[in-house]
Amino acid sequence: MTSLTSEGPMRTDITTRLKHHGGLVALAIILLFNIVVTPNFLQAQTLAVNISQVATIAIVAMGMTLVIATGGIDLSVGAVMALSGALAPLIFLSDFGTAYPALGLIAALLFPLVAALVCGLFNGVIVAVLRVQPIIATLILFISGRGIAQVLTNGNLQTFSNPEFSYLGTGKILGFPFQGWLAIAIACLLFWLVNRTVFGRYLLAIGGNERAAKLAGGPVRSVKIGAYVICSVLSGLAGLIVVAINSASDAARNGNLMELDAIAAAVVGGALLQGGKAPIFGAILGAVIIQLVKYTLLANGVEDEVALIAKAAIILAAVYIQQARKE
Amino acid sequence: MLDQNAFDLRKYISRNPQSVAVWIALFVLIGFGLLRYDNFGSAYNITSFLNYNAMFIAISVGMCFVILTGGIDLSVGSVAAFTSVVAAYLSPYGIEVAMPLAILSGVGFGLFNAICIVYGRIPPFITTLATMLGAKGGSLVISGAQTIAVDWGSNFTQLGMEKAFGVVPWTIVIVGILIVGLWIVLEMTSLGRTILAVGGGEDASVMMGLKVNRAKIFVYALSGGCAGLAGVFLASGFGAGQPLEGVGWELSAIASVVVGGTLLTGGMGSIPATVAGALLLGLVFNILNFENGKGWISFSAYWQMVIRGAFLFAVILFQTRVMNRRSTVEFAK
Repeated sequence: MTSLTSEGPMRTDITTRLKHHGGLVALAIILLFNIVVTPNFLQAQTLAVNISQVATIAIVAMGMTLVIATGGIDLSVGAVMALSGALAPLIFLSDFGTAYPALGLIAALLFPLVAALVCGLFNGVIVAVLRVQPIIATLILFISGRGIAQVLTNGNLQTFSNPEFSYLGTGKILGFPFQGWLAIAIACLLFWLVNRTVFGRYLLAIGGNERAAKLAGGPVRSVKIGAYVICSVLSGLAGLIVVAINSASDAARNGNLMELDAIAAAVVGGALLQGGKAPIFGAILGAVIIQLVKYTLLANGVEDEVALIAKAAIILAAVYIQQARKE
Repeated sequence: MLDQNAFDLRKYISRNPQSVAVWIALFVLIGFGLLRYDNFGSAYNITSFLNYNAMFIAISVGMCFVILTGGIDLSVGSVAAFTSVVAAYLSPYGIEVAMPLAILSGVGFGLFNAICIVYGRIPPFITTLATMLGAKGGSLVISGAQTIAVDWGSNFTQLGMEKAFGVVPWTIVIVGILIVGLWIVLEMTSLGRTILAVGGGEDASVMMGLKVNRAKIFVYALSGGCAGLAGVFLASGFGAGQPLEGVGWELSAIASVVVGGTLLTGGMGSIPATVAGALLLGLVFNILNFENGKGWISFSAYWQMVIRGAFLFAVILFQTRVMNRRSTVEFAK
């Protein structure tokens, strides 16, 4: 980066700006490209499709951003999605759920989130109290969480028709998908949590320097556990949304590879893997970019497989730029 | 640089206290199986078990080297799928052409990882995550998302389906050579010492003038090569290159390495214990199959993942206790 400073202040200014807002620049390029090339891109339906798909990635990515801010990682998000997604139909299709539809619906929304919360506690306690590395701690649920979901459903696809529950994934407010509003509301809440509360201060402090945060008397353990709990609950919510969109729950596929999308979105959005930064709206930006790249390639007849390679390139480029910025 | 004590059991235990758990668990599980099931100790069960697990062992020992340097390689599953397709395409030319070239393609992915990590300074987790996606996309592109049948006319399928001199399956022979070779590299060469030193403290290793970059490039290339070998086993043993296989293999391999007592932070671990870890996780499946065969209970395939996770949890709990005791002792000194 030293060579840039010798080329005059103007040049440096533009390059650093580009680096700090690389995500927005990338988004602008993708949007422009689509407006010119992709047929029917500027239509309400395209927008709705993309929003309904990006919302789940964004919701999980925001939780992941909190965990990454503590210097951790959560591999279990996809498995937690499968678990909560499997529980909901089990509850409202049960004898109790069919006898008392209203109570059954509430239980079907609450109980899976409680199960997700327990998963988050499990992860958080192993990381914060037993001090196991986050990759390994969350690997336990990554392996067995989906297994539990499949044991519960016997590996069967659960289909259902429940308009009230499906509102979570197919409802619209002001013509805008319900889960999109939900994602925005969660983003505002988390933004407040990170930037305006003691929890948020310590969250960033732990990622910046855990030892210092501890010596300063910070509640390091509970804040860390909190981050994993929030991430898991949000994953549980995303699992419910996916099930609601499909009117079916497939424990083998729900949330499959979501951990990768969520980590990618968080990193593209500016989260540092070493911790200390929690760009909540960045996570949404990252999720939108990843979704749009996927959509652009699909809409232009590029195969799914090539989209994977494109995603790989995006992740590498985003982190490489991040790395260069730091040095 | 020769370490005279490398194969001394007492020294081994004192240097790898966290590996004791896996050996105890492995022997207990084998004893349980031998006592409970009639055919558990049969030559057929042992060879088919080892034959099937050969590819997981190969990936796990490669992963062990990467983890010893404090890194991680998430790309091994996709790379194995990729190389299985490469091997299937090359199978008409015979095993002597298909195997080296498929392994080389795996090494290529490993070198790409190494370049990004060493020269691009991109964290291993992210680099290999991207390679995982890239290799998966690549294998789907070159195969057209279809399984690619191997050529049954050549000697390619002999590797995965026939026995060396009619006694031991070829896969087991090759993996055995790999294990012994890598064990020697780790315990008895300067490269092995450097790998352990890098994991123990990278900055200190650089200051001591150790060839840190060379060691890191070696481990990622090795891991890619091991994944390549696993891909060859996959194609040869199942008669097809399988672009959709390999999902979750990287996590199984990491689990084997961790169950074997290797510290994820690097600097400490052992190849034999990693093999024991891979065997232990595989045995869980094998024993469940036997238990289902007895007819008393019926565990669905889905239980196996739950039980694997529980195993990992138990071993981690044990490890943290051993390590905490150890660090308190060192602190007291």
